[in-house]
Amino acid sequence: MFSSLMGWVDARFPATKMWEEHLSKYYAPKNFNFWYFFGSLALLVLVLQIVTGIFLTMHYKPDAALAFASVEYIMRDVEWGWLIRYLHSTGASAFFIVIYLHMFRGLIYGSYKQPRELVWLFGMFLYMALMAEAFMGYLLPWGQMSFWGAQVIISLFGAIPFIGDQLALWIRGDFVVADATLNRFFAFHVIAVPLVILGLVVAHIIALHEVGSNNPDGVEIKKLKDKNGIPLDGIPFHPYYSVKDIVGVTVFLFIFSLVLFYAPEMDGWFLEHANFVPANPLKTPLHIAPVWYFTPFYAILRAVPSIAGSSFPGVVAMGLSIVFLFLLPWLDRSPVKSIRYRGNYFRIALVLFVISFVGLGFLGTQPVTDLYTILARVFSIIYFAFFVLMPIYTKLDKDKPVPERVTFK
Amino acid sequence: MRTLIFALFFGYLSVISGQAIASAEGIHLDDVEVDLADKASLQRGAKTFVNYCLSCHAASFMRYNRMAKDLDLSDDQVKENLMFASEKIGDTMTIAMRAEDAKKWFGVTPPDLSVISRSRGTAWLNTYLQTFFIDDAKAVGTNNAVFKDVGMPHILWEQQGYLHHDEETGHLTQVKEGTLSTYDYNVMVADLVNFLAYVGEPSKIQRLELGKWVLLYLFLFFLVAYPMKKAFWRDIH
Repeated sequence: MFSSLMGWVDARFPATKMWEEHLSKYYAPKNFNFWYFFGSLALLVLVLQIVTGIFLTMHYKPDAALAFASVEYIMRDVEWGWLIRYLHSTGASAFFIVIYLHMFRGLIYGSYKQPRELVWLFGMFLYMALMAEAFMGYLLPWGQMSFWGAQVIISLFGAIPFIGDQLALWIRGDFVVADATLNRFFAFHVIAVPLVILGLVVAHIIALHEVGSNNPDGVEIKKLKDKNGIPLDGIPFHPYYSVKDIVGVTVFLFIFSLVLFYAPEMDGWFLEHANFVPANPLKTPLHIAPVWYFTPFYAILRAVPSIAGSSFPGVVAMGLSIVFLFLLPWLDRSPVKSIRYRGNYFRIALVLFVISFVGLGFLGTQPVTDLYTILARVFSIIYFAFFVLMPIYTKLDKDKPVPERVTFK
Repeated sequence: MRTLIFALFFGYLSVISGQAIASAEGIHLDDVEVDLADKASLQRGAKTFVNYCLSCHAASFMRYNRMAKDLDLSDDQVKENLMFASEKIGDTMTIAMRAEDAKKWFGVTPPDLSVISRSRGTAWLNTYLQTFFIDDAKAVGTNNAVFKDVGMPHILWEQQGYLHHDEETGHLTQVKEGTLSTYDYNVMVADLVNFLAYVGEPSKIQRLELGKWVLLYLFLFFLVAYPMKKAFWRDIH
């Protein structure tokens, strides 16, 4: 019965073919470790954000006079509204945690290297789309941090010479962040950017499945195949990794629920205190800080001294800090992918990079002081040195021999 | 390895409480324990709130009947004892004073208190309500140690009495006794802050209640999912 039904479908749509290509006959290396949970978790959080977002949209009012109250209405009067809202707000931070760990995995195992450059590029575009999505979503509750965060970030575009002021005005649709801005950000947040994200996710996965997954040893499993053409170190994604990812999902949801139910504000890190004050264009908060996932870049922006009163150099530095990530596949000259077989130069560089990224993230949340500015400059230099010097230190590095087969315990 | 990573990650988040609220005046803030299960405390806090706060401050997202349900009170009890500013039990806690008038009278519109516990934090509120002191330079006759030059007068002066603020040391000393002892006044304020914490997020009661069941379910699900993974992977070497 089922097979005849599938036969009917398959004659018209490649359902079985797609199932096999991407799941039951997609051969993934058998040595995936902890770091390989975050891809599927990112997909889970994406679905969570879309579903909760749809329900929030049913009650939220994208109107400067009503937005703040409509969020409280969701929190109080809508059945299960508080749960939907917290799922969405916790999901936003969880998305970035998962994505940062996912990207870090790419860094340590060289997953961006040939032949996976496009997987990395699609991923980087996804990361940028995610940042746009989060930035515009954060305006919607229309609290003080929503308003002033958007005000500060949009005014950065104003620092661009010649066209800046017109550009910032064009983005806002008004001379300050206002109702027009809220409406367009709503449109981008609920439909335009999610469409881009979904398209890029498909491209990211198709590109990955075309070349096959990397693994903690950085060995290409397609080099050694058995007589049926199946990689010796490959196992079908389904059922092996589907059952494994279910365990990962369960553990993730446990931690996610701990935050969601017992610390949804995460002490001001996930939901900022100042955002419980309605947006007031006449009252600038003493300390404006973006949400934690943007703070490394914000710290770089502030670390760069302005020239002739223009913060343009900082804006350029912030832009470059993202651009360099795109270039990673071509900056890395080492023939070895995984950190397991890399030399000490890369290992030290990576440790310094992580310290500077986390350090910048912390500094971006803090008010500017002399000491913090010095620290932010040092960390920014390390951040950029990681990329700029990469062609040199990866070339000079004394890499270890890479095994033929993956190691599996 | 996994535990270490999670410990490090959450350690990073919680140890450096970068976005915690500090008093602008740099005063140490005394926190109170928020306990939404302590219905008696919430009821006392509600009484103080409607009697002393709800004439200038609204809590315009808070409904009376929601409060009745959450505080173990009947609608009639609320109507008789706690509802002076509104007509219907389904109303929200609004006030009659118009914002423009308030601005004229106090120099600033008293803020809506619906989510004040979430923007200011309970420690700030608790300290704020305890540190009004006599200041003849002010039109209202008092000032505040955590909120300098606040437009709000010392509403609870009858209960607390009056404090003197030493400019040099910053110490506050009692100069006029109130109707309550210091201990009883602190309890009164703690109850009020507890109530404001409730008003800030009424659904917190359901949130904490539901949380443990979700966690229990996920734990039980793990007990199924993990052996299933083990069973599937037995033949992978």
